[in-house]
Amino acid sequence: MNALAAIAGQEIRAGLRNRWAVATTLLLAALALSLVLLGSTPTGTVGASPVAVVVVSLASLTIFLLPLLALLLSFDAIVGEAERGTLLLLLAYPVSRWQVVVGKFLGHASILALATVVGYGAAGVLLAITTDADAEAWATFGLLIGTSILLGMAFVALGTLASMVRERPTAAGLSVGLWLLFVLLYDSALLGLLVVDQGTLVSGRVLDALLLLNPADAYRLVNLTGAGAAALLTGMSAPGEAGQIPTAALYAALAAWIVAPLAAAIAVFNRRHP
Amino acid sequence: MTPAIALDGVSRRYGAVTALQDANLRADPGETVALVGHNGAGKTTLMKLVLGLIRPTAGTVRVLGEDPAGRHGARVRGRIGFLPESVAFHAAMTGAELLDFYARLKGEPRAANAELLERVGLADAASRRVGTYSKGMRQRLALAQALIGEPGILLLDEPTSGLDPESRRQVYETIDDLRRSGALVLLSTHALAEIERQVDRVAMLHRGRLIAVGDVAALRRRIPMPVRIRLRVRHCTTQRVLDRLQGWAETLDRGPTHLQLAVMPECRADLIHALDDLRELIDEVEIESPGLETLYRHLTRGDAT
Repeated sequence: MNALAAIAGQEIRAGLRNRWAVATTLLLAALALSLVLLGSTPTGTVGASPVAVVVVSLASLTIFLLPLLALLLSFDAIVGEAERGTLLLLLAYPVSRWQVVVGKFLGHASILALATVVGYGAAGVLLAITTDADAEAWATFGLLIGTSILLGMAFVALGTLASMVRERPTAAGLSVGLWLLFVLLYDSALLGLLVVDQGTLVSGRVLDALLLLNPADAYRLVNLTGAGAAALLTGMSAPGEAGQIPTAALYAALAAWIVAPLAAAIAVFNRRHP
Repeated sequence: MTPAIALDGVSRRYGAVTALQDANLRADPGETVALVGHNGAGKTTLMKLVLGLIRPTAGTVRVLGEDPAGRHGARVRGRIGFLPESVAFHAAMTGAELLDFYARLKGEPRAANAELLERVGLADAASRRVGTYSKGMRQRLALAQALIGEPGILLLDEPTSGLDPESRRQVYETIDDLRRSGALVLLSTHALAEIERQVDRVAMLHRGRLIAVGDVAALRRRIPMPVRIRLRVRHCTTQRVLDRLQGWAETLDRGPTHLQLAVMPECRADLIHALDDLRELIDEVEIESPGLETLYRHLTRGDAT
């Protein structure tokens, strides 16, 4: 356990040292704050809670940005050590391979979680000052921060898996590919499938399953169809059968997207000769 | 006593390439053993096997009686200090921070780090980023991390490469200290002439094979190699000297006032006796026993690398 903490701590220290943590926090805070300032204007007397408006726009932004930041942070976790020449020495210490993988994951996830909490938290503070929302709205906002951290962790895990390749450029390319696939292409492909299929083969349950196969979609469904006023705003409160996935399944999908890539990364790393 | 390191019939292949073939080696605590060989001779492969980072394709590796690549590998590695051949560190960290990190990895108290930095002469640079260190300083930091927790086994892969003579001397002093404290030091090197007097035993590797293992004197006895003798003689007496030495010595080079001869070790005493008879003709005598370098070249002769 000590080795795990040492490796995670070293990653956090490195993240603070090279200003990665600060830059990420500032970026997230700036975007969240600007959404708060923009988002609070158009509501007028429509009756939608300003907090719900911010949650919806922030969730949409998070889906694009956070996976990218997570992959940028983690794609050279192992391949970077190998190319720097520090991996051999690290493995010569009394540490297990899984401790190296999980330690690096925990370090990167902590940096990202810190940036999310501070960046989005700043927006929350601004909202609290400018509006008087009810407890339910704040629960939705808290849920947004929590699930954003889970989404970030899923992509840190994917990036760690990508870092198992032999060369850094390969890992970078793989990460860009993962981002394109999960964040941009997957939903378009799904939409295309639905259009072509016209409901003959792809039933609502198949669609549900397909949505769970993408961490970004699981995140979207938790935040945009879950409890709270946000669902009303997104028009996703009744998108047919697709909205029927139980919340627990969505969380399970997010958790699986954290655990499975990490397990795969450990399996690959265990078979490798340094 | 359990040997600190025991390799029995160890081979390691990477695909079609054989990095190490049928290696047998035992080393006990308190010994200093040099692994000698060209680049690619298998020195680093042998160290990786001892660390349990790779498994042998044949044979067994035991470190302190345990399999370093087995379930207790981490415990074995906790007793080993390793200095890798090409030293690299996270450039943004300071020397002290890096030693702290490595001490935590090893579960050793960090309080001893200041003394380690002092010992390798980095106390003044401890709070500077490693990116600003010279190659020699990085090498010394690498040595410091290998010494964390007073390990019983030290694997030093080219410990003096890139160091100036003064730093080399310090490294050898440190190795001496370690030997006296009962640690096994296994070091690899190309600098044969330099380590000859620093180590107890030599293991010569050539193309993945251990071609000779033993202390330098024993290797010399086992492998008959001529002693070289350089003589300065009075003008135009070289032929008279040669006549007297006929039968023992092979002439390598001759001139009006100098002679260079090769003599087999067993004729050495006769030769010295003969030289005594020729005292008035000879101005200067220089006798050179074959060094490790010559020994290694002799053993790998005709085997172009």
